[in-house]
Amino acid sequence: MTSFIQTSPTRTLSNTAQDHYIAAEAPFSTFIKKGQVVRIEDSYGQQAVDTLFYNAHDFSERYSSQDTMREQGAAYISTGTKVISNEGRVMLTVTADSCGRHDTSAGACSCESNTVRFGHYTKYLHACRDNFVIEVSKHGMSKRDVVPNINFFMNVPIEPSGEMTIVDGISAPGDYVELKAEMDVLLVISNCPQINNPCNGFDPTPIRVLVWDDEAA
Amino acid sequence: MHIRRSDEEIAANRARYEEHQKKGLEFAPKALPGKSAKPAPAIDAKKIMHQEKLPGGWYWWTRVKLNETLRIALDDGFSTVSVVAWNAEDPSERMNLPDTVKVQWTTGLGKGRVIFSDMGKVMFSITEDSSGAHDVLMGGSTASSNAKKYAGQNGPALRNTRDNFVLIATKAGLDKRDIPAALALFAPVRVDADGRFEWKPDLVSEGDYVDLRAEMDMIVGFSNCPHPLDPNPVYAPNPVSILRIAALEPAADDLCQTATAEAIRGFENNAFAAL
Repeated sequence: MTSFIQTSPTRTLSNTAQDHYIAAEAPFSTFIKKGQVVRIEDSYGQQAVDTLFYNAHDFSERYSSQDTMREQGAAYISTGTKVISNEGRVMLTVTADSCGRHDTSAGACSCESNTVRFGHYTKYLHACRDNFVIEVSKHGMSKRDVVPNINFFMNVPIEPSGEMTIVDGISAPGDYVELKAEMDVLLVISNCPQINNPCNGFDPTPIRVLVWDDEAA
Repeated sequence: MHIRRSDEEIAANRARYEEHQKKGLEFAPKALPGKSAKPAPAIDAKKIMHQEKLPGGWYWWTRVKLNETLRIALDDGFSTVSVVAWNAEDPSERMNLPDTVKVQWTTGLGKGRVIFSDMGKVMFSITEDSSGAHDVLMGGSTASSNAKKYAGQNGPALRNTRDNFVLIATKAGLDKRDIPAALALFAPVRVDADGRFEWKPDLVSEGDYVDLRAEMDMIVGFSNCPHPLDPNPVYAPNPVSILRIAALEPAADDLCQTATAEAIRGFENNAFAAL
């Protein structure tokens, strides 16, 4: 774990609006107000952070991976990416990214998909889809509302042939991604517990989520 | 505070994954056949339960039973057909494309591949496919993508896939929360070395077809709207032919059910759920 990297004179550790420590493998959610900036920090490096966004005032509007990929004409997420909802609206904008590689095509691990991918013996392992269901259920939602997500810090290169595989994440301890909320959103995270592929370097680690108020406010 | 797993444990897990990855990436491409031949094999007329001609811009949905096959064919020229599917018994189980591509190690779907639900079960087997040019990443068009692309042609009023799927979901007793990421058939999208999308028109032509065999009872929705990357500046989707073909029990050595370790485990999940 490294020390805090400051990206703006107005964003320090002492003036955060929210500061959360999220244990390895755990679910998490919080509300981010329009104009606020949220930082997801990969505190120890090589940790996939499965993330979903919902409109805070109407959960039927939510993150859409397909709209997001279509809108930017590319398969990966980085600085400048507009996070698009199923209603075609911009939910957040990625304003900073010290890692440079985030996936939104491989989805979240689940007990069920793990049986297919790795073998039936992996059914009884913590999984992101279960984390998501637990977390969205706190907000009155269910499995129906869990949609394809963003995997921050997960490295899933897609070849021109279509071939894809999960390879070692390139994030170093302290790497971060920052997003500015363009509407009030509910942020839902599964701090991925997967230990069958290299998305967590085979060692799931804690992360940190920080929120700052609008600099202009 | 984090207590790191032991180096030995990490090394053992890594070695296991690398072996698994090698098998996944190497085995299936060798085991799978190439594209299906054109023209499409004729279907015994007695086996055709229903024939639909889906007009450009429109949607259609149907229920299918286990082992029935849907043939989607470009008999009237090029078009792109977006597809979504729900388990008829429990629509909270639906098509899951991220799982489909991740467990099969490829975004390229074609003959011999299967399409998974979010519950680790197989929904469709791709028993025939003449183009191998489909898009799992971008899905279909929306009101805003039409507005941008067909500016000056009353773009916002042109029919789009997102709205078509809202209509299908609603008529099937579901709502927009239930719409999964969509598979776009006959959308020749590829990803270049930088992650940018490319459209490869030479991969698809008139007469191309896909046969999807249902591996459970389902509600299946179709939308026949131009793909957002389709370079044609004019909104001109052609009609698409969809056949619903009577159930035929797969043979013991069925290609889709046996070609990969992932498909075999998926079908084991189907069998267990059907008990």
